[in-house]
Amino acid sequence: MRAVRLSVVTAAATAAALAAVTGCTEKSDAKADDGAVTVVAKDDSCEVSKKEFPAGHLKLAVENRGSKVTEVYVLYPDDRIVTERENIGPGTKATITAEIKAGDYAIACKPGMVGDGIRQQVKATGGAAGTKRSPEMDAAVASYRQYVQAQADATLPKVKVFTDAVRADDIEAAKKAYAESRIGWERTEPVAESFGDIDPKVDVREDGLEAGQDPAKDWTGWHRLEKALWKDKKLGPAEKTLADTLDKDLADWVKRVGKAEITPTSMANGAKELLDEVATGKVTGEEERYSHTDLVDFKANVEGAQKSFDLLRPVATKNDPKLVGELDKQFAALSALLDKYRTDKTSYVFTSYDKVTPAERKELSDGVNALAEPLSKLAAAVVK
Amino acid sequence: MSEETQEQQAAEGDAPSRRTVIGWGGAGLALGAAAAGGAALLSRDGDTPVPVADSGAAVPFHGPHQAGIATAVQDRLHFAAFDVKTTDRAELVQLLKDWTRAAERMTAGAEVGEGAYGGLPEAPPDDTGEALGLKPSRLTLTIGFGPSLFDGRFGLKDKRPGALVELPKFPGDNLDPARSGGDLCVQACADDPQVAVHAIRNLARIGFGKVAVRWSQLGFGKTSSTTPDAQTPRNLFGFKDGTRNIAGTETERLAKHVWVSGKDAEGATAWLDGGSYLVARRIRMNVETWDRTPLAEQEDIFGRDKREGAPAGKAKEHDEPFLKAMKPDSHVRLAHPDSNAGATILRRGYSFTDGTDGLGRLEAGLFFLAYQKDVRTGFIPVQTSLSRADVLNEYIQHVGSALFAIPPGVRDKDDWWGRALFA
Repeated sequence: MRAVRLSVVTAAATAAALAAVTGCTEKSDAKADDGAVTVVAKDDSCEVSKKEFPAGHLKLAVENRGSKVTEVYVLYPDDRIVTERENIGPGTKATITAEIKAGDYAIACKPGMVGDGIRQQVKATGGAAGTKRSPEMDAAVASYRQYVQAQADATLPKVKVFTDAVRADDIEAAKKAYAESRIGWERTEPVAESFGDIDPKVDVREDGLEAGQDPAKDWTGWHRLEKALWKDKKLGPAEKTLADTLDKDLADWVKRVGKAEITPTSMANGAKELLDEVATGKVTGEEERYSHTDLVDFKANVEGAQKSFDLLRPVATKNDPKLVGELDKQFAALSALLDKYRTDKTSYVFTSYDKVTPAERKELSDGVNALAEPLSKLAAAVVK
Repeated sequence: MSEETQEQQAAEGDAPSRRTVIGWGGAGLALGAAAAGGAALLSRDGDTPVPVADSGAAVPFHGPHQAGIATAVQDRLHFAAFDVKTTDRAELVQLLKDWTRAAERMTAGAEVGEGAYGGLPEAPPDDTGEALGLKPSRLTLTIGFGPSLFDGRFGLKDKRPGALVELPKFPGDNLDPARSGGDLCVQACADDPQVAVHAIRNLARIGFGKVAVRWSQLGFGKTSSTTPDAQTPRNLFGFKDGTRNIAGTETERLAKHVWVSGKDAEGATAWLDGGSYLVARRIRMNVETWDRTPLAEQEDIFGRDKREGAPAGKAKEHDEPFLKAMKPDSHVRLAHPDSNAGATILRRGYSFTDGTDGLGRLEAGLFFLAYQKDVRTGFIPVQTSLSRADVLNEYIQHVGSALFAIPPGVRDKDDWWGRALFA
């Protein structure tokens, strides 16, 4: 879990292509012959080459011929922003892209970047809701949904082994079942976290409680039981109730997980967030401070990230094959590094993290950085 | 045009901010490209001389030597040592090229890559952004190659210079391996600490997957000056340090003691022609015990007086030291070239305080940086005599150590850090 939860679900992506804002590399000029709508911005006018165009992928080739820095917006009829680009300097060009459905829109130029702008009413025609989600993207999202559901479904019986052991007052059996019961959750954590209310019930750590919350009363979930098993070394009536609660909360998760909003962008960002989880919680040993099963969570996080990446691979390969190559390399390197901490590659029994030396932890941390950095570029490669 | 006039021109007037040097629609730095390394102390602002540091100007990145050695010492330091993680030589070469291009931009006050904002909303920006709106602040970035880079991983075994030795263990050393060594280093110096930190942070980010930060050190309050007419700075013991340091303008002394050339840069080590060697030592200072030491004893230990910095028996700081007037175990006497067969090194160290040490004491000291033509005739003999006898050792301990070969400067936009080494 993370201390501060961020929603993983971004609105369906609207991609703005790069303009040479910093002027460091020459950008090829947007050509107006690729279906793009040309927008010529001046200090007192905003000319568009077409006022009607088909719904779907919209590309604006903007040129600022005025003397002031300008901004260009695409707006819904109620002024909600579809997409925008700021800081278009005098004499420079920029490209703006968006996925738009059929309907009425306004294109607005704002010379000097102030006011309501000079507007042109335009229309996107055609019945089909314009969406960038190619069949390929739809297939990726659908497959990921199935994966998330399957992980959730498979988790419940494993959790029951764990909670049954707690209810039976069998500390050793409960300890043995603990880490395994978390794998499905850890693989798909960003999706679970997108609900906002489940994660604090099942995966919060003691330090994640808010001011005024009493650990004795308000702390529930896996880590509360982890502390009971490894630190307090006793199971009482309270722990049995906590086991029941964990079953119930996770059953709720399994029911709702199919309704999560998932987009190609949220998949890509979710992969990066899984690595963030590793970097901030697992590498430091904070997540499993009593059981020291951090490497199991670590492995599950990486597997979940790998799954998202594998499903997005066809799209990403088209847009950025070099990035895909780098990700393949770094996923393989990190997996190989993790394999050093288990005896065989099918086992989820990893070295206890308190036995992992500072030098080894640094090596793991370097491996996480090596993968997370290119992974942070995956979302852009998916929406390009 | 002389180096100084060029640098003076470069430093003229108000330095542009990081945004305006770039200009809309294309790069174009309004800064003359002078040979790096000249040390302009003052720039002209109308008729009033302004300290260069106040102008926030850019130090030219290109030149025969890397900037950041003979350059007038800036106020702040962020030094980082890296381990190379990739085993692929081509990937390391590409990283050095990418680093060079980023260093060119950052030293000129520009952002790296596509900048800190305005890119794809779904992508993290290339530049981390904390230097936006700040002046170039005389940022210099200086790269070095450690002995471990020549271990055969990248086919560089034959190019390891004889002078790139393993430093001997000196008496009293208490070196932490986690704060020592490194395959590569980057020294970032700037008058604004945020500019120096931004530079190291962005190079580290570009490097993820290829290199990993092994250790790093922040420094403040330069403890040596390469501009003799400026006030000699004081170390955390309150003494002026580096009075007779090599100045950035002393071309002959630099050639004699700092730059690798001639027979030291032949054959397999020709790649080092115009380069140097850097010794970095993290020296912990026990300031609490020092502060309880009587004034006379402090002055005896250093061999200079505290107020003026004059050598024992003399009146002025820059008076020629008379070594026999100093105690035989005084710091200045033992470190002096005359006590070490003429060994002279260019010091460029910084003070540091990294919070407290858990025992209620300042985790403070000197991050010693010294450049020289050959450590075997430079740092090693000097430190050998200091570590044996220097009475200052009672108050200091060397806790980190590294040695790097410093390649020559990057000549132009097509050149890159270490090109000759990997040729």
